Amino acid sequence: MSFQPRDWRIHPPHLFEGYRSTVLRAPSQKLIPLSGALSEHQGPAFTAAAAPPTEADLTRNGRVNGEPLGERIIVTGRVLDEDARPVVGTLVELWQANAAGRYIHKVDQHDAPLDPNFLGAGRCVTDAEGRYRFLTIKPGAYPWRNHANAWRPQHIHFAVFGPAFATRLVTQMYFPGDPLHTLDPMFNSIADPAAQQRLVSRFDIDITEPEFALGYQFDIVLRGRLATPMEEGHR
Amino acid sequence: MSKLPQTGSQTVGPFFAYGLVPRQYGYDFPQIADGTIAGDAVPGERIRVAGLVLDGQGQPIEDALVEIWQADSKGVFAGPQRTANDGFTGFGRCGTGTDPERRFVFDTIKPGAAAAGDAPHLSVIVFMRGMLVHVYTRIYFPDEAAANARDPVLNAVPEARRGTLVARADGPGRYRFDIRMQGADETVFFDI
Repeated sequence: MSFQPRDWRIHPPHLFEGYRSTVLRAPSQKLIPLSGALSEHQGPAFTAAAAPPTEADLTRNGRVNGEPLGERIIVTGRVLDEDARPVVGTLVELWQANAAGRYIHKVDQHDAPLDPNFLGAGRCVTDAEGRYRFLTIKPGAYPWRNHANAWRPQHIHFAVFGPAFATRLVTQMYFPGDPLHTLDPMFNSIADPAAQQRLVSRFDIDITEPEFALGYQFDIVLRGRLATPMEEGHR
Repeated sequence: MSKLPQTGSQTVGPFFAYGLVPRQYGYDFPQIADGTIAGDAVPGERIRVAGLVLDGQGQPIEDALVEIWQADSKGVFAGPQRTANDGFTGFGRCGTGTDPERRFVFDTIKPGAAAAGDAPHLSVIVFMRGMLVHVYTRIYFPDEAAANARDPVLNAVPEARRGTLVARADGPGRYRFDIRMQGADETVFFDI
């Protein structure tokens, strides 16, 4: 199976000087096009066993002696391809800061408290409609040293496989109404305003559970299938 | 005409380890894949492939994540077409933050050619802080000169840069493959 190309009108460039770390890490040569590559148009498959349901509940999967602090939220959505087909049975991995804006990662030196009952990592395999669902804690904003008074907006990292190595996507989900969006070089690295807004989740009262947790909806669209199979020999 | 636009990529950031490679970094959370791509039950020639990811100043990048996808020793990818019940997934992942030299290290089996005319290779994705869209490259083998000379992908690469895709022999069953993000020997990255 072959896939539609990555849409470079949507994805950020490798070099985006506002995000300083790109300067020494962005490839300086043009990418070499490799459409219809045989190997990368297949990919690993994960069964539901790769992500037991407990791993999708971040309010429980890191508990030591109580509940994590912060605002409980439900984050759900569908993984679809460009033709609006659900991407069924694909692994969705998620990681985030805690309610105070601190990552459990040992390298994070931000002077905000760790939460002994919150890890901030989760996994889930999409269902027959391509749907994933996580229960978690709303992450806090946090400072970083990219420029003076730089703050990352509240966000959750997502890593998705899709049907092939070629469809792999790592992205970040943001929250509606955050005043930090337009100040954030990562958010701004996506040039198209509509594509930026598609990284912002939508508050949804129908996903919200009474007396329990607010609900946010975030759909993820991966590269679609190519209509015509590639000719033999083009890999 | 597609109905929905693709979701834009964003960087994996500096703090991915506890989410994507928690066991490797000592976090108490299961991990779906690690640097061992092929366990002992998988038939094939055992190899270790290791290397650095180097920035534009030649410094090892210690917060990169490397993923590999490969065929088995007969050139068959994991999936419905592969019937052997040996646990081979063909997929591995390793962060560069735990090795003292900041290498990624993969223990696997040497892949077979997946199609007539193809040279054996490993498909690679590299993620890191400071990279807004992951890059793809491939690792070919130095002891497959004849197959490499015929390989359609290598032949699509300008000859002067082809060598950046071929690992270096580093002792029996060992290969070294450094990934250079920039500079005179910048690794070839593909738009796949």
